[in-house]
Amino acid sequence: MNEGKVVKPKIEAGEIVVENVDKFYGDHHFRKEVVKDCSFKIERAKLTVMIGPSGCGKSTLIRLLAGFEKPSAGVITIDGKPIDGPGRERLVLFQETALFPWMTTYDNILYGPRARGELTKETLELAEFLLSKVGLKEFRKKYPTQLSGGMQRRAELARAMINNPRIMILDEPFRGLDAMTKELMWEYYSALYEENRRTNFFVTTDIDEAIFLADRLLIMSNIPTQVRAVLEVDIPRPRKLTDIVENDRANEIKMQALSILHEEAMKSFSRGSKAAADFVEAYSKRSAKA
Amino acid sequence: MAGRKWGGTLLWRGVASITVFLVFWEIGSLSKVWLKWETFAWLKEMLVSIGWTKNYLPWIGAVPAPTEVLLAWGKVIDDVGYWHSWYMSCLRVLGGFIAAMVIGIPFGLLLAVNRTAFGIGFPVFEVLRPIPPLAWVPASIIFWPTQELSIAFVTFLGAFYTIVINVIGGARSIDTRYFQAAQSMGSSSWDIFRRIILPGTLPSIVVGSAVGMGITWEVVVAAEMISGGGSQIGGTSGGGLGFFIWNSYVGGSYEQIVVGMISIGIAGFISSELLRTLGHRVTPWLRLR
Ligand SMILES: Nc1ncnc2c1ncn2[C@@H]1O[C@H](COP(=O)(O)OP(=O)(O)O)[C@@H](O)[C@H]1O
Ligand SMILES: [Mg+2]
Repeated sequence: MNEGKVVKPKIEAGEIVVENVDKFYGDHHFRKEVVKDCSFKIERAKLTVMIGPSGCGKSTLIRLLAGFEKPSAGVITIDGKPIDGPGRERLVLFQETALFPWMTTYDNILYGPRARGELTKETLELAEFLLSKVGLKEFRKKYPTQLSGGMQRRAELARAMINNPRIMILDEPFRGLDAMTKELMWEYYSALYEENRRTNFFVTTDIDEAIFLADRLLIMSNIPTQVRAVLEVDIPRPRKLTDIVENDRANEIKMQALSILHEEAMKSFSRGSKAAADFVEAYSKRSAKA
Repeated sequence: MAGRKWGGTLLWRGVASITVFLVFWEIGSLSKVWLKWETFAWLKEMLVSIGWTKNYLPWIGAVPAPTEVLLAWGKVIDDVGYWHSWYMSCLRVLGGFIAAMVIGIPFGLLLAVNRTAFGIGFPVFEVLRPIPPLAWVPASIIFWPTQELSIAFVTFLGAFYTIVINVIGGARSIDTRYFQAAQSMGSSSWDIFRRIILPGTLPSIVVGSAVGMGITWEVVVAAEMISGGGSQIGGTSGGGLGFFIWNSYVGGSYEQIVVGMISIGIAGFISSELLRTLGHRVTPWLRLR
């Protein structure tokens, strides 16, 4: 019924600044440094993608941004105000689905508005709009266990979007989906982003995903993590899946990103990391083909 | 999720297995007749050689045959006292069980969500829990003014512990992801309780109730036997199914003992089926894998 109509909430895009943040675990006898002197900016109304080797500390950074944990040193501000605990202006999507199993797709999507007593006519319209945007109109009465992995992620995207957060934070949301579903998800997700250009922060380990989605690409060092490089992904939107392979600019950015990641991997390789060894091997094969 | 598909092969198998069981039972019970026959002299000799000198099969030969039981059932089926026994036992089970739910669920939830309440309540609970409900019978006869209340109380205890333990366990095992997600969407504590903790605990409440219901029937029968049945309406057997069995034993009617036992079996089966149906209804998301 709302197929053609675009329901647009008023977007207030936020901005996050991370300044000289450290995060340590354990006490001073056995201290694990996960984030060390890390600074970056999540720019307003842009899709910033963070890519880094597994275990470098990306999820740890996300927990800091979400406010579930506090930095050991440094400050994180959102629109100038220091972050103090979780807040509804920042919505976080984690790796594992967090749809409530006891609610239908529709009730899951309406969770936030109901919780805040904002179940207005506009909200219901927005729910309809988002349902069709993520292709779940026919699945509104289904429970999460009845949805496929990709559908669950889409339902969760809709559930997050309806709250109209100033910033969306996503931690490897499409990890574990098969390649086809993943590409479908990129299309859904980037369409949602292009629809209303809110501030998005997306963490991944997949270089194709990163290039397809990003406005800005933050490349992270190994643990303790820092930003190694920032690349502007200036490929026009809407992008096509074929761009990742055919677009020259995309390939250029990809090789640049991979060589920085390769350097990082080599460093930890020489320190005896097994994950890094895998990466170095994969990278060598890839550059040989290119 | 088993037991949902009644009908088809499952129903057929059920009927077949019960029929076979009844036939064997009948043959075994009638051994006092056929063991005397010439044809089975070898079996008789074998039994004698292991020291069994009675002229019927061990154990099963002493049990009244299904046909005899059915006959005895036919006699009590229009007896008010028999149905009053049903009524009394069901009432006690229902009363104790509902009380256990009404008190146990909020109590369990309180212990699960409130640290202080847990600190105060749980140690007492854990000290009392290992005491079997039946050990409470004498004490509760002293505490409570009427026999009826003391039976109900013991029945209540049977289900209470199981329900509380399940509620606490269930609420505790709700994934923190759900709390974080709810929080970040602007949920208040009350909202989180109502829409996350309560439905998240519901499957455990259902399981706890089913187990609790089973214990309730065990306890009520024993309590009725010990306490002498409570009220006495409709002749000799008015005090519940447990008392019905006890009374039949005292009166030497072995067929009626079996009638009482099967009656309890049926009552237990009906109540667990009812609970299962109800449980499925309140947790629709669980049956749709
Ligand atoms: N609470 C914690 N205590 C100790 N070490 C932790 C804790 N959380 C994460 N780490 C460590 O931090 C490192 C980075 O973890 P994580 O942030 O999950 O990496 P990524 O998301 O980049 O794969 C891991 O080596 C992990 O062992
Ligand atoms: Mg991670």
